[in-house]
Amino acid sequence: MIADGVENEEKWLAAGIAGLQQNAFYMHRALDSNNLRDALKYSAQMLSELRTSKLSPHKYYELYMRAFDELRKLEMFFKEEARRGCSIIDLYELVQHAGNILPRLYLLCTVGSVYIKSKEAPAKDVLKDLVEMCRGIQHPVRGLFLRSYLSQVSRDKLPDIGSEYEGDADTVVDAVEFVLQNFTEMNKLWVRMQHQGPAREKEKREKERSELRDLVGKNLHVLSQIEGVDLDMYKDTVLPRVLEQVVNCKDEIAQFYLMDCIIQVFPDEYHLQTLEILLGACPQLQPSVDIKTVLSRLMERLSNYAASSAEVLPEFLQVEAFSKLNNAIGKVIEAQVDMPIFGAVTLYSSLLTFTLHVHPDRLDYADQVLGACVKKLSGKGKLNDSKATKQIVALLSAPLEKYNDIVTALKLSNYPRVMEYLDIETNKIMATVIIQSIMKNNTRISTADKVEALFELMTGLIKDLDGAEEEVDEDDFKEEQNSVARLIQMLYNDDQEEMFQIICTVKKHIMTGGPKRLPFTVPPLVFLSLKLVRRLQGSSQDQEENPFGDDSSTSPKKIFQLLNQTIEALSIVPAPELALRLYLQCAEAANDCDLEPVAYEFFTQAYILYEEEVSDSKAQVTALHLIIGTLQRMHVFGVENRDTLTHKATGYSAKLLKKPDQCRAVYGCAHLFWVDDQDNMKDGERVLICLKRALRIANAAQQMSNAARGNTGSVLLFVEILNKYLYFYEKGNPQITVAAIQSLIELITTEMQSDNSPPDPAADAFLASTLRYLQFQKQKGGAISEKYEAIKV
Amino acid sequence: MNFLVGAFKPPCNVSINLADGRTRKQVPLKKENGQTVMVPLFQSQENIVGEVVIEPVQGKKVEHNGVKIELLGQIELYFERANFYDFTSLVRELDVPGELYERKAYPFEFSTVEMPYESYNGVNVRLRYILKVTISRNYVSNIVEYQDFVVHNYTPLPSINNSIKMEVGIEDCLHIEFEYSKSKYHLKDVIIGKIYFLMVRIKIKNMELEIRRRESTGSGPSTYVETETLSKFELMDGAPVRGESIPIRLFLSPYELTPTYRNINNKFSVKYYLNLVLVDEEDRRYFKQQEITVYRLLPTP
Repeated sequence: MIADGVENEEKWLAAGIAGLQQNAFYMHRALDSNNLRDALKYSAQMLSELRTSKLSPHKYYELYMRAFDELRKLEMFFKEEARRGCSIIDLYELVQHAGNILPRLYLLCTVGSVYIKSKEAPAKDVLKDLVEMCRGIQHPVRGLFLRSYLSQVSRDKLPDIGSEYEGDADTVVDAVEFVLQNFTEMNKLWVRMQHQGPAREKEKREKERSELRDLVGKNLHVLSQIEGVDLDMYKDTVLPRVLEQVVNCKDEIAQFYLMDCIIQVFPDEYHLQTLEILLGACPQLQPSVDIKTVLSRLMERLSNYAASSAEVLPEFLQVEAFSKLNNAIGKVIEAQVDMPIFGAVTLYSSLLTFTLHVHPDRLDYADQVLGACVKKLSGKGKLNDSKATKQIVALLSAPLEKYNDIVTALKLSNYPRVMEYLDIETNKIMATVIIQSIMKNNTRISTADKVEALFELMTGLIKDLDGAEEEVDEDDFKEEQNSVARLIQMLYNDDQEEMFQIICTVKKHIMTGGPKRLPFTVPPLVFLSLKLVRRLQGSSQDQEENPFGDDSSTSPKKIFQLLNQTIEALSIVPAPELALRLYLQCAEAANDCDLEPVAYEFFTQAYILYEEEVSDSKAQVTALHLIIGTLQRMHVFGVENRDTLTHKATGYSAKLLKKPDQCRAVYGCAHLFWVDDQDNMKDGERVLICLKRALRIANAAQQMSNAARGNTGSVLLFVEILNKYLYFYEKGNPQITVAAIQSLIELITTEMQSDNSPPDPAADAFLASTLRYLQFQKQKGGAISEKYEAIKV
Repeated sequence: MNFLVGAFKPPCNVSINLADGRTRKQVPLKKENGQTVMVPLFQSQENIVGEVVIEPVQGKKVEHNGVKIELLGQIELYFERANFYDFTSLVRELDVPGELYERKAYPFEFSTVEMPYESYNGVNVRLRYILKVTISRNYVSNIVEYQDFVVHNYTPLPSINNSIKMEVGIEDCLHIEFEYSKSKYHLKDVIIGKIYFLMVRIKIKNMELEIRRRESTGSGPSTYVETETLSKFELMDGAPVRGESIPIRLFLSPYELTPTYRNINNKFSVKYYLNLVLVDEEDRRYFKQQEITVYRLLPTP
């Protein structure tokens, strides 16, 4: 059925074109023979083809264009006739004898154009007559095309200022009046289309109407091109008249299109000076008009205008552009009750962009916009409209992009309140955007207040928000938390007191993060704090420590207390290995600060964790080595404390599951008793005990291996122990004798030659290089060389 | 053939020459046989002056019982066969009975002739003026020669010329108000006006303005009325909405109008009407007819 319609339309169009061409042919012949009467007759017949009602606007346009071309030829002929002395006034009358109105009016417009050119009558009179007479066509499509033809032929003949058709005073008024009238009538016809024909074809009609809209809009373009339309005239006549028509037509499509047209065709400075009038019309539009787009485009234009040159900015201030826009948006939102949240947010977003461009110095404006947005959103709960959230993200990103500085955005008190309305997912995205902005611009967030505000903004990343959390992608989650971690590292203030406050704030927030986040967020906080500790240490050397221990001032002790609590929080995760490492880090820092009890406490915590939480044997090995390594460097402990701790560590070593691990841990413990640069910690005896014990364990390991697998296993452990012997020997431990070393070397060589031992290239290589080291040291000369000379291999 | 014609040819040529024949305006006149000839134009109260020339054919004499010229104003009703009414009849005797041997010219003059009615060529009626020269003869038929002429009477600009304004409508359906700027139009006039739509609830397709001529002849029960539509002038295309006002501008010059004739010699009347017709999409016609008066304005020199 529809296909049929299309086919028929093609047929009708073809018939129309054929009829038109045939009559055009006769018309040409009449033109060639200067036969005016026939020319008029055939041109009228030709134009009669345009009387059809069967074509859609699209096809009708095709027909119209052909007629248009023919009419150009006719116009040339009329010009010739006029030059030959035919009275143009008579001609103007003659064409009006045509019986059918549509051809008559096309001919009238054509002659009218020549009439104006001849200057036998003032352009304004002819134009006025033409535009009046065109009222005879009440059929929307035919009327639109006719009036469009009129507009076309009259464009270059308007009595504009500076035009050759300029009349006496106020001539521009006539030109404007003419275009306005034509515009008004065209718009009426265009709107009327909507209400004609059956309701079921509404969609088709709307499509057809949109095909025709440029015919109407063209008039506004013509208006904008009239030289004589200066600001005053625009303000007093053009705009009010156009808006009157726009408002009164009460048609959604027309209102949207025309508002947009007005915004696009007239110059920016006009808009700026007439904002009030233009905006005043907005709340009067139909509720279904997509006014947000209209206003957004207006603000976009004005923003660009403001950006184009600094010279225009005072104009914006002068006309109070911001408050006018702000008011208008308020009113529009009020008027259009059904406007979706998305629309309102879009409006605010545009307004914000505008104010950021135009008044970058007026943060309060930006905050006002956000405040208004909050007001609109309030009582709606979280948004689940994806378009709206997208707009909010845009809204919130705008200040970040503009100022490149989150600090500025943090001054906007309504900023976090807007964020609250985002759903969890979007909130996170927004938070990530904020962090990225900070990273990119290397922004220093330097006060606790700002940190507080910032974390308030990033709540989505910092803790689980209310509402069931759906599965989040593991990678995404890591990414997010890593960025939070990076952010924490970026917080800095030269003032230590403030810095401490920052740390407290951060801690307060990250503690709410729950088991999944803590492993990511606690370490950066710990290190941030330790950095501060170092700085305190540095400064305390310069100035005298407050002897009264003023509680309010920041002291390392306080930080350590805080750290203790922080790390403890990891136990709920649980993440014992991580906590253990952090404890050890803190212990070392405490050591540097000469805070023995604190360091001891940290160690205690580490040990407790080791005993109670670290159960995996591999983890135990790693942890134990860490403990040993840290403990070795501690110099703050008194004998008693140190003994306790070393004793414990040695004890742990012996209790490891695998023999080789035991062995390695034990010889590691040897270092606990021999600290190179501290003479009070050189207990050669106990070093030897440890080493011997290691040897015993290595032996046991070999025997176990023999029993279980039938071979003695590698000698690797022995080689390792040999290295330890050599180390302590070189360091001058009197308990390590040449004999012991030599017997150990012998033992190793024997073992290696025995059939029972499997070939182990690693062990071979290790031994070989150890021996090479021996040789090297021997040849080095000096005291060391002498020492090594004693060892015979 | 020529010979035969020659045989029945009258023995003399008669011609009627008007004194100002060369300068007087000529207008076309449609004859019974359909041919158009140019004839002189007069108006009432004019002097009709000229001469009748009788020129006997070479070598013949014309005996006659007298020569006269008549000025006749006739009304001819077609449906009454050969029914002439002479409303004007003036006679001038040109010659006493005698014989004519050679060309002789008789001057004549009708002074300030009352010719109250205009020449008219209608559907059922004709009003014409003729000059008729009769050479009366014994025993043979009289020699008669006619000269048609046309009378136009000019009317001064009417002192009162009200507009025609009227509101018409069909209840709850269509209400319009129309206005024609004048009620009296001269023949080359323009009808200016507008139609204002007060209510439109029907789907109008277009609107036309017709000029209709109504010729009524006879009187009483034997009155014949003939109506012709002279123009169908489209005023509007498409359906207007309430509040629209559609302009009217109709030039009368292309149409062959005559002035309005009212009760000419109790024989006939010719009246003109403007008929405003609205056509809806089902081709139903809604119309309103208004009489206008057409008059002849003296052409400005």
